[in-house]
Amino acid sequence: MSMYTETEARAILDKVIKLSTADECIAQLDGSIDGNIRYARNAVSTSGIINDAQLSVQVSFGKRVGIATINEFDDASLKKVVMRAEELAKLAPENPEFMPGIEKQEYKATPTFSAKTAAITPEYRASIAAASITPCKANKLVAAGFFSDSQRFSAIANKKGNFGYQTSTNADFTCTVRTEDGTGSGWVARNTANVDSFSAADDIKTAIDKAKRSADAKALEPGKYTVILEPAAASGLISFMMFGFDARQADEGRSFLSKKGGGNKLGEQVFDERVSIHADPADPTCAVLPWDEDGMAREKTTIITKGKVDFLNYSRFWAKEKGKKAVGRPGNLIMAGGDKSTMDLVKGTKKGILVTRTWYIRMVDPQTVLLTGLTRDGTFYIEDGEIKYPIKNFRFNESPVIMLNNIEEIGKPVRVGDDESPLVMMIPPLKLRDFTFTSLSDAV
Amino acid sequence: MDRRDFLKYSGSVSLAALLLPSFGNVIAAESLTDKLDVGMKKRLADTALTVAKADGATYCDVRIGKYLRQFVVTRENKVQNVVNTESTGVGIRVIAGGTWGFAATSDLSPDGVAKATKQAVQIAKANSKLTTEPVQLAPVKGVGEVSWATAIKRNAMEVPIKEKVELLLAANAAAMKAGANFVNSTLFQVNEQKYFASSDGSYIDQDVHRIWAPMSVTAIDKASGKFRSRDGMSAPMGMGYEYMDPKKEDRIELPGGAVVYKNSYDIVEDARLGAEQAQQKLKARSVKPGKFDLVLDPTHLWLTIHESVGHPLELDRVLGYEANFAGTSFATMDKLKSGDYKYGRPDVTLFADKIQPNSLGYVGYDDEGVKTKRWDLIKDGILVNYQAIRDQVHIIDEKASQGCCYADSWSSVQFQRMANVSLEPGKKKLSPTEMIKDVKDGIYIIGDGSFSIDQQRYNAQFGGQLFYEIKDGKVGEMIEDVAYQIRTPEFWNACAAVCDESDYRLNGSFFDGKGQPSQSSAVSHGSSTTRFNGINVINTARSLG
Repeated sequence: MSMYTETEARAILDKVIKLSTADECIAQLDGSIDGNIRYARNAVSTSGIINDAQLSVQVSFGKRVGIATINEFDDASLKKVVMRAEELAKLAPENPEFMPGIEKQEYKATPTFSAKTAAITPEYRASIAAASITPCKANKLVAAGFFSDSQRFSAIANKKGNFGYQTSTNADFTCTVRTEDGTGSGWVARNTANVDSFSAADDIKTAIDKAKRSADAKALEPGKYTVILEPAAASGLISFMMFGFDARQADEGRSFLSKKGGGNKLGEQVFDERVSIHADPADPTCAVLPWDEDGMAREKTTIITKGKVDFLNYSRFWAKEKGKKAVGRPGNLIMAGGDKSTMDLVKGTKKGILVTRTWYIRMVDPQTVLLTGLTRDGTFYIEDGEIKYPIKNFRFNESPVIMLNNIEEIGKPVRVGDDESPLVMMIPPLKLRDFTFTSLSDAV
Repeated sequence: MDRRDFLKYSGSVSLAALLLPSFGNVIAAESLTDKLDVGMKKRLADTALTVAKADGATYCDVRIGKYLRQFVVTRENKVQNVVNTESTGVGIRVIAGGTWGFAATSDLSPDGVAKATKQAVQIAKANSKLTTEPVQLAPVKGVGEVSWATAIKRNAMEVPIKEKVELLLAANAAAMKAGANFVNSTLFQVNEQKYFASSDGSYIDQDVHRIWAPMSVTAIDKASGKFRSRDGMSAPMGMGYEYMDPKKEDRIELPGGAVVYKNSYDIVEDARLGAEQAQQKLKARSVKPGKFDLVLDPTHLWLTIHESVGHPLELDRVLGYEANFAGTSFATMDKLKSGDYKYGRPDVTLFADKIQPNSLGYVGYDDEGVKTKRWDLIKDGILVNYQAIRDQVHIIDEKASQGCCYADSWSSVQFQRMANVSLEPGKKKLSPTEMIKDVKDGIYIIGDGSFSIDQQRYNAQFGGQLFYEIKDGKVGEMIEDVAYQIRTPEFWNACAAVCDESDYRLNGSFFDGKGQPSQSSAVSHGSSTTRFNGINVINTARSLG
């Protein structure tokens, strides 16, 4: 068994807290059921279900901390895990940056759970694969995709009476469709907590269309172009930039948000005034748990308002050092936008390039957040408001900071999942001028 | 390399994430030396094998794993975190109706294992309705009950935390004394206790160890706001704690004065040198872009080999199994079958193996019970083979798996992963100094930096840690803002010379990411210093205004 009810979870955590003789005790119990199906070459390749649960106990004596965990929850095991953590704490070096346990928090429940997602069966997953493979076969195309779903619970408690319990679900679907001769490739992605609104049969049409239209791409010279980045293409660059929103890194002088001569750029205009980003754990389109990794309650928080930086992540220690109030670290990222779809942005574009997806994005220079990466699975030339023809993929060398100062237009945000970011994101399609492509890629 | 794992565990961004690592459960130090009883593992494996057969599976393998990791994370004069993690459980893979099914559970009771086995068979049967190509497994003869272990001299898990902390703090102190503004150093230790059993009649018990000590030293010029970091020159290795005990014979001073290491590492010296070099980087001249002859040290070249040879020659990518995520490959089957596809110059031989001592990939048997070996991928410049496992080798007309199947956890399904892929040393005697003597206008690159490559492995861009100008056969001043861009076949056909085996060194990655759900694997790449002519170098400096 890996999913516990609130009553069961509370009973286990209460026992743990009572067993501890340490100055502080924090206990966390998590469990999940994860299912997935993967397919390629128009056939299912792997599929599985994983059940797991774990209890983590962190105790402290003064500034000495010990952590132990276990995945058995009978009384003897609970006693053992507390004892282990306490023994480890007594042996540990003092952590000069130790922070005492958090006070009792007020957690407002957020809409993270869907019964329909939690009820997914192996047959449902097989039907997702079939909904992708069948139309691809009919169109003489080749599907490779992945669907994963999870249901989990998280419960936390500490010696100061803090307690939280919440369940959540998530489903993520991606599918790449290629022409049989490998000259065309299209892609679609969907991320949701609730599969009620998800239809693989509808989504696959996008990937099929792009695969067909992307065959026999023409080569354009590398250089600076007006681009329309679809939400999934933009999210990889934006989420990378968010790693730089750490107050300590900025104060230490090693972030793009560091100020010459010392300090950070909090409150400064760093981006185009049309850029606004906030976090809201309760937003129904991208809800996340109402607490962060430290158990701090998450609140609705503005991060960038009209181009001004108005939030940096202060760890509890760094907040104390700098006389700031520590708040819960955001778990989602919501970028403000308008009502236009990607295709609406295309219609208003004289000349430009449409980018479906960005790939293998890596930091080149943290000083300027210069990132490199490539376009993939559907890159098209736009002329007079229409997609004219497919073009070969490009390598870009571009900074999201520069990119968010070169905005032409912002479309309607959609929810995107990102394999390389822990954040749930609402990102709009972006029309940008002077986006820097530095070389061509022969990859399809 | 998987960016999220790297960021999470390197401590370079958020150390809070280390408190509850997703790799496994956090445990007390004394548990790091516990082992599961072999008899118990065999009984559980037999339970799964019996249930699978009864439920109609035609094949079954069982992996009972205990995965231990320890992270010691420090910055400047502080220990930020010491985390021991454990993850124990069983993964069961079956073939039913010609289709794979997999289930995993941390419940190691006979009932828990039986239930997971039934689930795996149910999944296989549900998916078999869509099967068009039934699984064809290359035969493997059962080996009975055998064991294998990494030949470590000192088990890192048994070394007292105090000793590790003192070493890292000594390195940090050396960096700060030498003028660093910040230093982060970390020690990662891994022990995979893996028990594999299959319906072929194998019961294989393996004890695998790995170690890595990444470090980053930062220098800041407050007036200009400029900052530069120099990462450590250590390599992740398939070794015990003996790697952290520096030996004179493993210290190599390169032309121009930079120092690198072979089979043991002097972290304290490297921290001091890192601080000096980070300060030099602040003042170094920005590169003028253009075509240069590049001399690439093994601390750098490993990553280029990894991306431009290791990945494109994975058969699952070639066939399209990774099309949705990691991508496909330019090195298509027709190129292999032609028998004359010139991947590189005739003196370029790149081989795969899972048997190099001290390498990250070294094991006795892979995760589907196949005995490991060495084989050529590119022989004298010609593409001759791929990396393939049991359910793939029939496609390339091979009779046996090459033994490069791996799962990063009991809870992950095993699949084809990159073996160690290495460049064979040059046959003629040639040292880096002698190689550089012939270079008129070049750049000497040491250490790995930024890396990115397209989904078919054509277009790549690489940075580095240290860049030195080479003028008229001599290593000159340090330069900055260097990245080079390549098209893979042109790059390997521009290979002009490879130093001899006395310069051969391993480096590698702890976190090579692939698959959905994404899995990490550790892999080494060996090479000697190598020269490539006429490579396109760009300048990466930008201004935020």
